[in-house]
Amino acid sequence: MYKIVKKKTLNPTVIQMEIEAPLVAKKAKPGQFIILRVDEAGERIPLTVAGVNEKEGLVKIIFQVVGATTEILNSKKEGDSICDFVGPLGVATHIEGIKKVCIVGGGVGCAIAMPVAEACKKAGATVTSIIGFRNKDLVILEDEFKGFSDKFIMMTDDGSYGRLGNVTVPLKEMLEGGEKFDEIIAIGPLIMMKFVVLTAKPFNVPVVVSMNPIMIDGTGMCGCCRLTINRDGKKITKFACVDGPDFNGYEVDFDEAMMRGRSYIDFEKHAREETCNLLKKG
Amino acid sequence: MAINPKKHEMPTQDAKVRAHNFDEVATGYTEEIALLEADRCLNCKNRPCVEGCPVNINIPEFIVKIKERKFEEAYDEISKSSSLPAVCGRVCPQESQCESKCTLGIKFEPVGIGRLERFVADYHNEHSNEMKKPENTNNHKVAIVGSGPSGLTCAGDLAKKGYNVTIFEALHTAGGVLVYGIPEFRLPKKIVSKEVENLSKLGVEIKTNVVIGKTLTIDELFEMGYEAVFVGSGAGLPNFMGIKGESLKGVYSANEYLTRSNLMKAYKEKMVTPIMKGGKVAVVGGGNVAMDAARTALRLGAEKVYIIYRRSMEELPARREEVEHAMEEGIDFKILTNPIEIIGYENKEDKRDEKNGEVIGIKCIKMELGEPDEKGRRKPMPIDNSEFILDVNTVIISIGTAPNPLIKDTTKGLEVNSHGGIIVNEDGLTSRDRVYAGGDAVTGAATVISAMGAGKTAARAIDEYLKTI
Repeated sequence: MYKIVKKKTLNPTVIQMEIEAPLVAKKAKPGQFIILRVDEAGERIPLTVAGVNEKEGLVKIIFQVVGATTEILNSKKEGDSICDFVGPLGVATHIEGIKKVCIVGGGVGCAIAMPVAEACKKAGATVTSIIGFRNKDLVILEDEFKGFSDKFIMMTDDGSYGRLGNVTVPLKEMLEGGEKFDEIIAIGPLIMMKFVVLTAKPFNVPVVVSMNPIMIDGTGMCGCCRLTINRDGKKITKFACVDGPDFNGYEVDFDEAMMRGRSYIDFEKHAREETCNLLKKG
Repeated sequence: MAINPKKHEMPTQDAKVRAHNFDEVATGYTEEIALLEADRCLNCKNRPCVEGCPVNINIPEFIVKIKERKFEEAYDEISKSSSLPAVCGRVCPQESQCESKCTLGIKFEPVGIGRLERFVADYHNEHSNEMKKPENTNNHKVAIVGSGPSGLTCAGDLAKKGYNVTIFEALHTAGGVLVYGIPEFRLPKKIVSKEVENLSKLGVEIKTNVVIGKTLTIDELFEMGYEAVFVGSGAGLPNFMGIKGESLKGVYSANEYLTRSNLMKAYKEKMVTPIMKGGKVAVVGGGNVAMDAARTALRLGAEKVYIIYRRSMEELPARREEVEHAMEEGIDFKILTNPIEIIGYENKEDKRDEKNGEVIGIKCIKMELGEPDEKGRRKPMPIDNSEFILDVNTVIISIGTAPNPLIKDTTKGLEVNSHGGIIVNEDGLTSRDRVYAGGDAVTGAATVISAMGAGKTAARAIDEYLKTI
């Protein structure tokens, strides 16, 4: 069993937990993920590591309450335990040698983007952060981002906080204004990452994206997390769990990934409704 | 007394009934049938059956004990060589191993050795809970990577010799392919958990949720004081065909489909893991895993299940018994057929239509067998203009796996072959000192018993080595 040592609400639907998992805490690097199962009847879900406290053996996860499993996870309190927590899985984000980076985060993806920004800053890079949310109420981790950024831009879709518009707006302005980045690291909804790639393309800036497909084992056994990568005119199958989760944004077939991500949409809606009813009764 | 020329039939659930439940297909010999079948054994001097067994069980000896109604002693006899008799009695391909060598088999049907093994193991599990922890421990620490058949066997053999054994398992449940791969109706999970429990009683410690190569590396295991490591990490990532449409919604690898149903129990009510149920299903491939996937689909409520296999029935690699069971249950075998495209729904007017990307069919081409290749297998060749479309909404690809890269990538000096399988010598020793390996991680997808044989070989070699220290 893995104890929930700390729990904090970051916004109405985004929760932060610190889980006691010393072996994972010792190893986890920015960009890697864990898989957890809340209870014996639960499914295995991947969540990216949002930070570690190696001394106390804690691993920080940040999740949005979007479905049955995250509802059940959110029903747990500090001091409760979850039955499985395994990791760190996937390949850590490569930050070596990057001198000037633009981190683009969207929504709950900022939970993953923040430790990457931190790692880049600590490695001596100049960090520009552009983070975007639907509205003011959903903003998370603003202070943390500011702390690790040389330049910080906040965007909201409705203009209720920071600048109005998508994250691609200031990115495009900067690139058009002659700003040079060694790399853009985009972490957020698939549609956001797709448009970051399209925005960066005319300027020939490398874009790394963090993929989050449906997974089961997460260790390179089931093949559920496969993605199509277009490389040298060929279509290659890659697995996000062992080959990723980071990929060259120019090679990813985003449309296919978006389609696959919705494979169980009806099941998920139904499962969430049932779970909510159960939790209400409880 | 005249010898009964035929093996005593295995009692099974009726095909029509079992096609809709996950209970075990074969219900097992009764004591009465077991005694009759044991009587068929000639107890011949040259014991060819023992040679046919990858772990060399003393087959005539345990059958004699059955004849004498000393079932517990029969179990002890099997246990000398096998750590997982209840599993092997169910999933071993006995027809191509022990039973293929049986002297009786020259004139008649061979003795039903597998069925007798299963009877003895089930008898023991029902009547005895004893599993003695060895009295003398030798304080040597051995780490086992993976709790599938090779790892469990290696752990069991070493624990019986007094070693301090720890198994590291990546998933949340021990058992490896016995748990995530082989379905309940062929190998009930309570049997696997019983075997795992027996190992715990022997003093083996099992740590789940530890991925070697990620959570810990092999070098770190040595730093932690383990003196030898056995890698039984199993087969890895599923292969795909590389045809159009393999990423559509409703296309699974057999590993994913079976993991959802077996490990995550998606077939049960109240489990959160989803799986696509019902409709028409095509399973591509002809191995045991393909049979398992097809029969699982049927039990999950599919109205029609096809097996698509590019060669003929003769070449189909699955066990005969599994193929027969599948046919009895109503699986439709499309042999000499090869898929060339999976077709998805596409609403060009509305890109947001949730049906977009759902499988609606699989386009296949008829095949014929050409000249034998260098291995003597006749190569399947497509027949021109023979394309046709099967109307399906789920496709399960079951054409083998490629080795998992996690351990290779994080263990310096561990050599692998061109297929990515770990290279070992006849003792199971890898290119790294004190690192042994066996099972699918070495051979690529093979059988449970061959993995057990490899676990056994490595246990013997580890013992030989550590004894000298």
